[in-house]
Amino acid sequence: MGRKILLEHANVPGIKTYEVYRKMGGYASVEKALKGMTPDEVVEEVKTSGLRGRGGAGFPTGLKWSFLDKKSGNPSHLVCNADESEPGTFKDRYLMEYIPHLLIEGMITSSYALDAHLSYIYIRGEYMWVYRILENAIKEAYAAGWLGKNILGTGYDLDLHVHCGAGAYICGEETALIESLEGKRGNPRIKPPFPAVKGLWQEPTVVNNVESIAAVPWIINNSGEEYAKIGIGRSTGTKLISASGHIKNPGVYEIELGLSVDEFMNSDEYLGGMMDDRPLKALVPGGSSVPILPAHLIYKNAEGADRLMSYESLSEGGFESGSMLGSGGFIVYNDTSCIVRNTWNFSRFYHHESCGQCSPCREGTGWLEGVLHRIETGKGREEDIDLLWDIQSKIEGNTICPLGDAAAWPVAAAIRHFREEFEYHIRFPERIKNRDHFVAEPFEKVRHLVAKQTV
Amino acid sequence: MKVTIDGQSIEVEPGTTILQAARMIGGESVPPAMCYYSKLEGSGGKCRCCLVEVSKGSERDPRPMPKLMASCVTGVMDGMEVKSISSDRVLDARKSVTEFLLINHPLDCPVCDQAGECDLQNLSFKHGAGATRFIEEKRTFEPENIGPNIQLHMNRCILCYRCVMVADQLTDDRVHGVMNRGDHAQISTCISKAIDNEFSGNMIDVCPVGALTDKTFRFKQRVWFNKPFNAHRDCDKCCGKTTLWMFGNEIQRVTGRKDIYHEVEEFICNECRFEKKDTKDWVIEGPKKFEKGSVINQNNYTQKLEKVTIKTEDHILLGREQDRKKISMPDVPLKGDQKKQLKEGNV
Repeated sequence: MGRKILLEHANVPGIKTYEVYRKMGGYASVEKALKGMTPDEVVEEVKTSGLRGRGGAGFPTGLKWSFLDKKSGNPSHLVCNADESEPGTFKDRYLMEYIPHLLIEGMITSSYALDAHLSYIYIRGEYMWVYRILENAIKEAYAAGWLGKNILGTGYDLDLHVHCGAGAYICGEETALIESLEGKRGNPRIKPPFPAVKGLWQEPTVVNNVESIAAVPWIINNSGEEYAKIGIGRSTGTKLISASGHIKNPGVYEIELGLSVDEFMNSDEYLGGMMDDRPLKALVPGGSSVPILPAHLIYKNAEGADRLMSYESLSEGGFESGSMLGSGGFIVYNDTSCIVRNTWNFSRFYHHESCGQCSPCREGTGWLEGVLHRIETGKGREEDIDLLWDIQSKIEGNTICPLGDAAAWPVAAAIRHFREEFEYHIRFPERIKNRDHFVAEPFEKVRHLVAKQTV
Repeated sequence: MKVTIDGQSIEVEPGTTILQAARMIGGESVPPAMCYYSKLEGSGGKCRCCLVEVSKGSERDPRPMPKLMASCVTGVMDGMEVKSISSDRVLDARKSVTEFLLINHPLDCPVCDQAGECDLQNLSFKHGAGATRFIEEKRTFEPENIGPNIQLHMNRCILCYRCVMVADQLTDDRVHGVMNRGDHAQISTCISKAIDNEFSGNMIDVCPVGALTDKTFRFKQRVWFNKPFNAHRDCDKCCGKTTLWMFGNEIQRVTGRKDIYHEVEEFICNECRFEKKDTKDWVIEGPKKFEKGSVINQNNYTQKLEKVTIKTEDHILLGREQDRKKISMPDVPLKGDQKKQLKEGNV
């Protein structure tokens, strides 16, 4: 049984309410930090824990906090990024819905560390019911004296607001989120200056993911050193994984980083193996923006070592034979899945969600989608695969924010690992007319057909 | 601070961007810029045309930057080394940005009022490819009336945001901006309002393509047939320093004076731009000079033109034999009604 830190009390009846949460030891970290630690000591504790940003990039949280320009003379802010919208990722929603006070406790402790007196939770517009849960929990926290003026008589003031976005994927990018929070169009800002220097209202700001902030209370209560003992190498602590696709037990799981992919996939405690016991074809381990992995690179990496659920192990081999832990959106595909349709689907998403500010992303994502649509509907040309490769390579790295990369990587990985399937769509358009073509024709047969025609 | 661009070094003030430093050096190393406009605060970084390779970060940290950087928003560091035109990566990136910008652009230069002054034309000329790989249907927008002075042709827009910044920084009561997102994003007015602010005409000057054109000049003339003169007048709203675009003695258009990077020296008011079209209104200073390669210089009346001789095969200007036959169409006689219509001049 894996260790639980975030979801330890998730199944306790009534944990959403302040009374039950408090009874289970809630808000202890606020007491400990405000009464017994300086803000810098809290930052140091988080640094020691090795906690890395759980939104996808994996940047060390304590280090990010230490970049905050506290000497600017301007007030600083903490903004919680709850704009979770990566296809395949739904773990923050779960955390906020079931244990809202954990996030609020984390926000108070983290705000204290950053000397912030006005903090925000920026939540996705589609999560309206979660927004109401958070609003309610904040009211309870105010009533109990954990928020507002002179918290616990320590002289520390903090106001916390929940801000509902309008539902744009780009607003999950930290600078676009800040723009949106300021009431402007959600376009990413040019960096530098980074938010730690000029963020919300041009004042020093830290933007952290829900899961990162929710881990702070445990770190303060149990010390950063204890947290660093969990996990493996530089991937410390636990991670929420939202698993979906062709598996027996989809859902949100808290795992200790370093767990083997094999155990996570096949043990009854977690995913319970493949749905209908069909063969595993591919895996997206960290949300739709990370490269897809073919079956032979899922349990073992290219060197033959066991693949682990950690930042390092999943990215081993670079994009040639690895992927990324990302936001933990674990999407599993069996042999009936059509990779071309899946890639087109992802491309549709990124095309739809591109903010349109910079040319490669605005024009390139639409072009990618157009070509993928043609291939998927049996109108592809032989040269289209190379064209796709070329377009994605020209978007990657040339855009203002990482949305361009997120649109390019899935296409690149799909072509890299499943080129035959693209060729199959182009060469046998009549066979793919049936929506479930790969149910009748497993991938091995596709490979065989393509190889035969090439010869 | 010392910065080296394509092997040419220059000392600049801290806070200078790579693009500004390159402009100080001048020549081929200056990256193209579609969205950056030195007179507009916060412009730049969007079109990605000005990407450069930073091969050495600075003296203190000599590591190269892994990604190409937008030169218009990247500040120089002491000892920085930059590759602009000398880098294959940069040239490739510029080529791809040009391709991206052109995939949905209508390429209607023959009928576009911006032809001859279009930055996208210049960019395509230097970095574009001869053929397109884009076979999908081009994105189009419904025509929209945005006011009495400015014609919006959204299909040509490359969303550089310059006009929005002009509206933000120069005019009161901004009524237009960017609607929607991604490749559906468009310049539009909020709830069909008209743009009639006193300085709104500057949106035309800053537009790098033919998306925003002057309604008082549309279809009147190709710019290279106009004679540009610098002129000024006493104006209580703006500097009154303009360029007059004349055909014969007629002032067909008035614009702000632009520098070699096609940026206005000073913004002008709508009265000077749209209402003062009589030569008596202006003190004409003399002919305006343009850079050597400018298409406007093709009609430079101050230089002596040599007689052009077209070396072709005999009679090629008359067309090929088979084409002339087609034109006369002896094998395809007109039908009864068509013949009648042709005689009446209705065809």
